Amino acid sequence: MRAVFLHTARSLLASVPESALRTSPAASEAHTPPPADERSATSRTPASSYRAGVRAVLPLIPAVVAFGASFGVLAQAAGIGGVASLVMSATTFAGSAQFAVVSVLGAGGTTAAAIVAAVLLNARYGPMGLAAADVFKGGPLRRLLEAQLLVDESWALSNRDGRFDRRVMLGAGAFLYVGWNAGTAIGVAAGDSLADPATLGLDAAFPALFLALLAPLLRSRTSVAAAFLGAAIALALTPITPAGVPVIAATAACLVGLTRPRSVPAGAQAGADAGRPQPDAAGRRTHPRDARPQEAST
Amino acid sequence: MTAAWTAVLVVGAATIAIKAAGPILAGERQLPTGVSRVLDLLAPALLAALVATQAFASDESLVLDERGAGLLAGAVAVLLKAPLLVVILVAAVTAAGLRAIS
Repeated sequence: MRAVFLHTARSLLASVPESALRTSPAASEAHTPPPADERSATSRTPASSYRAGVRAVLPLIPAVVAFGASFGVLAQAAGIGGVASLVMSATTFAGSAQFAVVSVLGAGGTTAAAIVAAVLLNARYGPMGLAAADVFKGGPLRRLLEAQLLVDESWALSNRDGRFDRRVMLGAGAFLYVGWNAGTAIGVAAGDSLADPATLGLDAAFPALFLALLAPLLRSRTSVAAAFLGAAIALALTPITPAGVPVIAATAACLVGLTRPRSVPAGAQAGADAGRPQPDAAGRRTHPRDARPQEAST
Repeated sequence: MTAAWTAVLVVGAATIAIKAAGPILAGERQLPTGVSRVLDLLAPALLAALVATQAFASDESLVLDERGAGLLAGAVAVLLKAPLLVVILVAAVTAAGLRAIS
Protein backbone atom coordinates (compact mmCIF):
# COMPACT_ATOMS: atom_id res chain seq x y z
CA MET A 1 0.00 0.00 0.00
CA ARG A 2 1.25 3.37 -0.34
CA ALA A 3 2.30 2.85 3.00
CA VAL A 4 3.28 0.09 4.77
CA PHE A 5 2.44 -0.58 8.16
CA LEU A 6 4.64 0.40 10.87
CA HIS A 7 4.37 1.31 14.32
CA THR A 8 6.63 1.58 17.09
CA ALA A 9 4.81 3.11 19.32
CA ARG A 10 5.18 3.77 22.69
CA SER A 11 2.08 5.75 22.10
CA LEU A 12 0.43 2.48 21.29
CA LEU A 13 2.25 0.18 23.52
CA ALA A 14 1.82 2.61 26.29
CA SER A 15 -1.55 4.10 25.70
CA VAL A 16 -3.59 1.84 23.49
CA PRO A 17 -2.88 -1.54 24.93
CA GLU A 18 -2.73 -0.34 28.46
CA SER A 19 -5.96 1.48 28.39
CA ALA A 20 -7.44 -1.31 26.38
CA LEU A 21 -6.26 -3.79 28.90
CA ARG A 22 -7.70 -1.85 31.73
CA THR A 23 -11.12 -1.98 30.27
CA SER A 24 -11.15 -5.36 28.65
CA PRO A 25 -12.46 -8.31 30.56
CA ALA A 26 -9.32 -10.28 29.91
CA ALA A 27 -7.20 -7.58 31.39
CA SER A 28 -9.21 -7.12 34.48
CA GLU A 29 -8.76 -10.79 34.93
CA ALA A 30 -5.09 -10.25 34.69
CA HIS A 31 -5.21 -7.90 37.60
CA THR A 32 -7.48 -9.91 39.77
CA PRO A 33 -6.08 -12.78 41.72
CA PRO A 34 -6.28 -16.22 40.26
CA PRO A 35 -8.40 -16.47 37.16
CA ALA A 36 -11.11 -18.99 37.48
CA ASP A 37 -10.92 -20.58 34.12
CA GLU A 38 -8.00 -22.58 33.08
CA ARG A 39 -7.60 -21.25 29.61
CA SER A 40 -7.02 -17.75 30.76
CA ALA A 41 -4.75 -18.98 33.47
CA THR A 42 -2.38 -20.63 31.06
CA SER A 43 -2.54 -18.18 28.22
CA ARG A 44 -3.15 -14.96 30.00
CA THR A 45 0.08 -13.24 29.34
CA PRO A 46 0.58 -14.36 25.76
CA ALA A 47 -3.04 -13.73 24.90
CA SER A 48 -3.04 -10.24 26.29
CA SER A 49 0.10 -9.52 24.40
CA TYR A 50 -1.06 -10.84 21.03
CA ARG A 51 -4.23 -8.97 21.72
CA ALA A 52 -2.21 -5.88 22.42
CA GLY A 53 -0.81 -6.19 18.92
CA VAL A 54 -4.24 -6.66 17.43
CA ARG A 55 -5.62 -3.70 19.34
CA ALA A 56 -2.69 -1.53 18.51
CA VAL A 57 -3.15 -2.08 14.82
CA LEU A 58 -6.94 -1.86 14.85
CA PRO A 59 -7.16 1.84 13.99
CA LEU A 60 -5.27 1.11 10.79
CA ILE A 61 -7.34 -1.74 9.55
CA PRO A 62 -9.95 0.30 7.65
CA ALA A 63 -7.22 2.03 5.69
CA VAL A 64 -5.41 -1.24 5.08
CA VAL A 65 -8.54 -2.92 3.78
CA ALA A 66 -9.28 0.09 1.59
CA PHE A 67 -5.79 0.08 0.10
CA GLY A 68 -5.91 -3.67 -0.32
CA ALA A 69 -9.13 -3.18 -2.25
CA SER A 70 -7.59 -0.49 -4.38
CA PHE A 71 -4.67 -2.79 -5.12
CA GLY A 72 -7.19 -5.41 -6.26
CA VAL A 73 -8.93 -2.91 -8.50
CA LEU A 74 -5.77 -1.46 -10.00
CA ALA A 75 -4.23 -4.88 -10.54
CA GLN A 76 -7.23 -5.90 -12.64
CA ALA A 77 -6.95 -2.72 -14.64
CA ALA A 78 -3.26 -3.41 -15.24
CA GLY A 79 -4.03 -6.86 -16.59
CA ILE A 80 -2.91 -8.85 -13.62
CA GLY A 81 -5.52 -11.53 -13.21
CA GLY A 82 -7.67 -11.95 -10.13
CA VAL A 83 -5.91 -15.08 -8.96
CA ALA A 84 -2.48 -13.56 -9.53
CA SER A 85 -3.54 -10.49 -7.53
CA LEU A 86 -4.64 -12.63 -4.62
CA VAL A 87 -1.46 -14.68 -4.78
CA MET A 88 0.56 -11.51 -4.77
CA SER A 89 -1.12 -10.11 -1.67
CA ALA A 90 -0.70 -13.43 0.08
CA THR A 91 2.98 -13.82 -0.74
CA THR A 92 4.40 -10.33 -1.10
CA PHE A 93 2.21 -8.70 1.54
CA ALA A 94 3.78 -5.30 1.12
CA GLY A 95 1.63 -2.59 -0.34
CA SER A 96 4.19 -0.28 -1.81
CA ALA A 97 5.92 -3.04 -3.77
CA GLN A 98 2.62 -4.40 -5.03
CA PHE A 99 1.49 -1.00 -6.23
CA ALA A 100 4.86 -0.55 -7.89
CA VAL A 101 4.41 -3.75 -9.90
CA VAL A 102 0.92 -2.69 -10.91
CA SER A 103 2.04 0.73 -11.98
CA VAL A 104 5.03 -0.49 -13.97
CA LEU A 105 3.11 -3.24 -15.76
CA GLY A 106 0.08 -1.01 -16.19
CA ALA A 107 2.23 1.60 -17.87
CA GLY A 108 3.57 -1.01 -20.28
CA GLY A 109 6.89 -1.48 -18.52
CA THR A 110 8.85 -4.70 -18.70
CA THR A 111 8.52 -7.53 -16.24
CA ALA A 112 12.12 -7.01 -15.20
CA ALA A 113 11.51 -3.35 -14.41
CA ALA A 114 8.49 -4.26 -12.31
CA ILE A 115 10.48 -6.85 -10.39
CA VAL A 116 13.42 -4.53 -9.76
CA ALA A 117 11.14 -1.75 -8.51
CA ALA A 118 9.34 -4.08 -6.12
CA VAL A 119 12.49 -5.69 -4.80
CA LEU A 120 14.06 -2.28 -4.20
CA LEU A 121 10.99 -1.23 -2.28
CA ASN A 122 11.08 -4.33 -0.15
CA ALA A 123 14.81 -4.29 0.46
CA ARG A 124 14.19 -2.35 3.67
CA TYR A 125 12.84 -5.55 5.17
CA GLY A 126 16.39 -6.86 5.19
CA PRO A 127 17.68 -4.47 7.87
CA MET A 128 14.31 -4.46 9.61
CA GLY A 129 14.35 -8.24 9.88
CA LEU A 130 17.89 -8.15 11.16
CA ALA A 131 17.00 -5.62 13.84
CA ALA A 132 14.07 -7.75 14.96
CA ALA A 133 15.81 -11.10 14.45
CA ASP A 134 15.93 -12.10 18.07
CA VAL A 135 12.17 -12.08 18.52
CA PHE A 136 11.75 -15.01 16.20
CA LYS A 137 11.91 -18.48 17.63
CA GLY A 138 12.27 -22.06 16.53
CA GLY A 139 13.65 -23.66 13.41
CA PRO A 140 14.22 -22.09 10.03
CA LEU A 141 10.78 -22.95 8.68
CA ARG A 142 8.94 -21.41 11.59
CA ARG A 143 11.14 -18.34 11.40
CA LEU A 144 10.54 -18.06 7.70
CA LEU A 145 6.79 -18.18 8.18
CA GLU A 146 6.63 -15.84 11.15
CA ALA A 147 8.95 -13.39 9.46
CA GLN A 148 6.33 -12.92 6.76
CA LEU A 149 4.24 -11.01 9.29
CA LEU A 150 6.95 -8.41 9.37
CA VAL A 151 5.66 -5.29 7.69
CA ASP A 152 6.40 -1.67 8.45
CA GLU A 153 3.45 -1.28 10.78
CA SER A 154 3.90 -4.48 12.77
CA TRP A 155 7.61 -3.82 13.03
CA ALA A 156 7.20 -0.30 14.30
CA LEU A 157 4.32 -1.14 16.61
CA SER A 158 6.27 -3.84 18.32
CA ASN A 159 9.43 -1.81 18.73
CA ARG A 160 10.09 -0.57 22.20
CA ASP A 161 13.39 1.13 22.70
CA GLY A 162 15.04 -1.02 20.13
CA ARG A 163 13.60 -4.23 21.51
CA PHE A 164 10.83 -5.95 19.69
CA ASP A 165 7.84 -7.53 21.33
CA ARG A 166 7.30 -10.83 19.61
CA ARG A 167 3.62 -11.19 20.34
CA VAL A 168 2.77 -7.64 19.45
CA MET A 169 4.54 -8.11 16.13
CA LEU A 170 2.82 -11.37 15.34
CA GLY A 171 -0.60 -10.24 16.55
CA ALA A 172 -0.44 -6.97 14.65
CA GLY A 173 1.11 -8.63 11.60
CA ALA A 174 -1.54 -11.34 11.45
CA PHE A 175 -4.36 -8.82 11.65
CA LEU A 176 -2.76 -6.69 8.96
CA TYR A 177 -2.32 -9.78 6.81
CA VAL A 178 -5.98 -10.66 7.09
CA GLY A 179 -7.02 -7.08 6.39
CA TRP A 180 -4.74 -6.70 3.39
CA ASN A 181 -5.82 -9.97 1.79
CA ALA A 182 -9.49 -9.42 2.53
CA GLY A 183 -9.19 -5.97 1.00
CA THR A 184 -7.53 -7.41 -2.09
CA ALA A 185 -10.32 -9.93 -2.49
CA ILE A 186 -12.92 -7.19 -2.17
CA GLY A 187 -11.13 -5.14 -4.80
CA VAL A 188 -10.81 -8.05 -7.19
CA ALA A 189 -14.47 -8.90 -6.76
CA ALA A 190 -15.83 -5.38 -6.88
CA GLY A 191 -13.77 -3.98 -9.69
CA ASP A 192 -13.76 -0.27 -10.17
CA SER A 193 -17.12 0.32 -8.59
CA LEU A 194 -15.19 1.18 -5.45
CA ALA A 195 -14.29 4.66 -4.37
CA ASP A 196 -10.71 5.80 -4.54
CA PRO A 197 -9.26 5.70 -1.01
CA ALA A 198 -7.61 9.05 -1.70
CA THR A 199 -11.05 10.66 -1.79
CA LEU A 200 -11.38 9.66 1.83
CA GLY A 201 -7.96 11.04 2.65
CA LEU A 202 -6.69 7.60 3.54
CA ASP A 203 -3.39 8.20 1.80
CA ALA A 204 -2.74 10.95 4.34
CA ALA A 205 -3.35 8.54 7.19
CA PHE A 206 -0.11 6.64 6.69
CA PRO A 207 2.41 9.46 6.98
CA ALA A 208 0.50 10.69 10.04
CA LEU A 209 0.63 7.20 11.47
CA PHE A 210 4.36 6.95 11.01
CA LEU A 211 4.84 10.37 12.54
CA ALA A 212 2.81 9.34 15.57
CA LEU A 213 5.02 6.30 15.91
CA LEU A 214 8.17 8.28 15.43
CA ALA A 215 7.40 10.97 18.00
CA PRO A 216 7.91 8.90 21.13
CA LEU A 217 11.26 7.64 19.84
CA LEU A 218 12.76 11.08 19.70
CA ARG A 219 14.12 11.17 23.18
CA SER A 220 17.82 11.09 22.62
CA ARG A 221 19.95 13.34 20.49
CA THR A 222 21.12 10.46 18.41
CA SER A 223 17.61 9.34 17.57
CA VAL A 224 16.59 12.89 16.65
CA ALA A 225 19.69 13.12 14.48
CA ALA A 226 18.92 9.78 12.84
CA ALA A 227 15.34 10.85 12.13
CA PHE A 228 16.26 14.17 10.57
CA LEU A 229 19.04 12.64 8.57
CA GLY A 230 16.79 9.81 7.41
CA ALA A 231 14.09 12.21 6.25
CA ALA A 232 16.64 14.46 4.57
CA ILE A 233 18.26 11.59 2.69
CA ALA A 234 14.88 10.28 1.55
CA LEU A 235 13.68 13.67 0.33
CA ALA A 236 16.97 14.51 -1.36
CA LEU A 237 17.02 11.24 -3.28
CA THR A 238 13.35 11.14 -4.26
CA PRO A 239 13.74 13.24 -7.42
CA ILE A 240 16.87 11.46 -8.61
CA THR A 241 16.48 7.78 -7.81
CA PRO A 242 13.86 5.11 -8.52
CA ALA A 243 11.14 4.65 -5.91
CA GLY A 244 12.33 2.54 -3.03
CA VAL A 245 15.91 3.73 -3.13
CA PRO A 246 15.30 6.85 -1.00
CA VAL A 247 13.93 4.86 1.91
CA ILE A 248 16.65 2.24 1.74
CA ALA A 249 19.34 4.89 1.54
CA ALA A 250 17.78 6.59 4.55
CA THR A 251 18.62 3.59 6.66
CA ALA A 252 22.23 4.79 6.43
CA ALA A 253 21.19 7.51 8.86
CA CYS A 254 21.34 5.00 11.67
CA LEU A 255 25.11 5.06 11.34
CA VAL A 256 25.01 8.10 13.58
CA GLY A 257 24.81 5.42 16.25
CA LEU A 258 28.52 4.88 15.70
CA THR A 259 29.35 8.18 17.29
CA ARG A 260 30.48 7.86 20.83
CA PRO A 261 27.58 7.51 23.23
CA ARG A 262 27.13 10.56 25.37
CA SER A 263 26.46 8.64 28.49
CA VAL A 264 29.97 7.20 28.73
CA PRO A 265 31.56 8.74 31.79
CA ALA A 266 34.34 11.09 30.86
CA GLY A 267 36.95 9.17 32.78
CA ALA A 268 35.96 5.73 31.64
CA GLN A 269 37.49 5.85 28.23
CA ALA A 270 39.43 9.01 28.32
CA GLY A 271 41.49 8.07 25.34
CA ALA A 272 38.79 6.45 23.24
CA ASP A 273 38.46 7.81 19.77
CA ALA A 274 35.30 9.70 19.25
CA GLY A 275 34.16 7.95 16.13
CA ARG A 276 34.84 4.43 17.17
CA PRO A 277 32.15 1.77 17.42
CA GLN A 278 33.06 1.00 21.01
CA PRO A 279 33.83 -2.66 20.94
CA ASP A 280 33.36 -3.30 24.61
CA ALA A 281 32.58 -6.94 24.57
CA ALA A 282 31.77 -6.97 28.23
CA GLY A 283 28.59 -5.00 27.96
CA ARG A 284 27.06 -6.54 24.91
CA ARG A 285 23.49 -6.09 25.88
CA THR A 286 24.05 -2.90 27.72
CA HIS A 287 23.28 -0.07 25.44
CA PRO A 288 25.44 2.76 26.59
CA ARG A 289 23.17 5.08 24.73
CA ASP A 290 20.27 4.08 26.87
CA ALA A 291 20.58 6.76 29.38
CA ARG A 292 16.92 7.09 28.70
CA PRO A 293 14.51 6.61 31.50
CA GLN A 294 13.42 3.06 31.90
CA GLU A 295 10.07 2.47 30.47
CA ALA A 296 7.40 1.45 32.83
CA SER A 297 6.80 -2.06 31.75
CA THR A 298 3.34 -2.73 30.59
CA MET B 1 3.75 -17.89 -18.09
CA THR B 2 2.45 -14.40 -18.48
CA ALA B 3 4.50 -11.35 -17.57
CA ALA B 4 2.15 -10.67 -14.68
CA TRP B 5 2.53 -14.13 -13.20
CA THR B 6 6.30 -13.97 -13.57
CA ALA B 7 6.40 -10.67 -11.71
CA VAL B 8 4.02 -11.91 -9.04
CA LEU B 9 5.97 -15.08 -8.36
CA VAL B 10 9.45 -13.59 -8.51
CA VAL B 11 8.53 -10.62 -6.32
CA GLY B 12 6.71 -12.90 -3.88
CA ALA B 13 9.66 -15.26 -3.58
CA ALA B 14 12.14 -12.40 -3.25
CA THR B 15 10.08 -10.69 -0.57
CA ILE B 16 9.68 -13.86 1.42
CA ALA B 17 13.43 -14.41 1.28
CA ILE B 18 14.26 -10.81 2.21
CA LYS B 19 11.93 -10.85 5.20
CA ALA B 20 13.19 -14.19 6.42
CA ALA B 21 16.91 -13.54 5.94
CA GLY B 22 17.56 -11.67 9.17
CA PRO B 23 15.44 -13.88 11.43
CA ILE B 24 16.95 -17.06 10.00
CA LEU B 25 20.57 -16.02 9.64
CA ALA B 26 20.99 -13.91 12.75
CA GLY B 27 18.76 -16.13 14.85
CA GLU B 28 18.88 -15.52 18.55
CA ARG B 29 22.50 -14.63 18.42
CA GLN B 30 23.14 -11.42 20.22
CA LEU B 31 24.56 -8.75 18.04
CA PRO B 32 27.68 -6.87 19.04
CA THR B 33 26.98 -3.63 20.89
CA GLY B 34 28.05 -1.41 18.03
CA VAL B 35 25.74 -3.19 15.62
CA SER B 36 22.74 -3.16 17.91
CA ARG B 37 23.28 0.49 18.69
CA VAL B 38 23.14 1.20 15.00
CA LEU B 39 20.10 -1.01 14.48
CA ASP B 40 18.31 0.73 17.35
CA LEU B 41 18.41 3.88 15.29
CA LEU B 42 16.87 2.14 12.33
CA ALA B 43 13.37 2.85 13.64
CA PRO B 44 13.68 6.64 13.85
CA ALA B 45 15.61 6.81 10.56
CA LEU B 46 13.20 4.60 8.67
CA LEU B 47 10.04 6.06 10.16
CA ALA B 48 11.16 9.57 9.34
CA ALA B 49 11.98 8.50 5.79
CA LEU B 50 8.54 6.91 5.44
CA VAL B 51 6.84 10.02 6.77
CA ALA B 52 8.76 12.15 4.31
CA THR B 53 8.24 9.99 1.24
CA GLN B 54 4.64 9.11 1.89
CA ALA B 55 3.67 12.71 2.48
CA PHE B 56 5.78 14.46 -0.11
CA ALA B 57 6.85 12.01 -2.80
CA SER B 58 4.79 11.35 -5.87
CA ASP B 59 6.52 8.86 -8.09
CA GLU B 60 9.89 10.46 -8.54
CA SER B 61 9.07 14.03 -7.68
CA LEU B 62 8.45 16.00 -4.54
CA VAL B 63 5.02 17.53 -4.21
CA LEU B 64 3.16 19.52 -1.63
CA ASP B 65 -0.44 18.37 -1.72
CA GLU B 66 -3.31 17.43 0.56
CA ARG B 67 -1.22 14.69 2.14
CA GLY B 68 1.18 17.33 3.43
CA ALA B 69 -1.72 19.27 4.93
CA GLY B 70 -3.04 16.09 6.48
CA LEU B 71 0.36 15.36 7.93
CA LEU B 72 0.56 18.85 9.41
CA ALA B 73 -2.83 18.43 11.06
CA GLY B 74 -1.77 15.00 12.26
CA ALA B 75 1.41 16.50 13.69
CA VAL B 76 -0.65 18.93 15.76
CA ALA B 77 -2.65 16.01 17.07
CA VAL B 78 0.58 14.20 17.93
CA LEU B 79 1.83 17.24 19.83
CA LEU B 80 -1.42 17.32 21.74
CA LYS B 81 -0.83 13.67 22.62
CA ALA B 82 -3.95 12.51 20.88
CA PRO B 83 -4.49 8.76 20.58
CA LEU B 84 -3.32 7.13 17.38
CA LEU B 85 -6.80 6.74 15.98
CA VAL B 86 -7.44 10.45 16.41
CA VAL B 87 -4.14 11.32 14.72
CA ILE B 88 -5.02 9.17 11.74
CA LEU B 89 -8.55 10.53 11.51
CA VAL B 90 -7.44 14.13 11.76
CA ALA B 91 -4.97 13.62 8.93
CA ALA B 92 -7.42 11.75 6.73
CA VAL B 93 -10.31 14.15 7.31
CA THR B 94 -8.06 17.15 6.63
CA ALA B 95 -6.85 15.69 3.34
CA ALA B 96 -10.30 14.55 2.30
CA GLY B 97 -11.81 17.92 3.18
CA LEU B 98 -9.24 19.84 1.18
CA ARG B 99 -9.75 17.55 -1.80
CA ALA B 100 -13.49 17.96 -1.57
CA ILE B 101 -13.33 21.74 -1.76
CA SER B 102 -10.56 22.02 -4.30
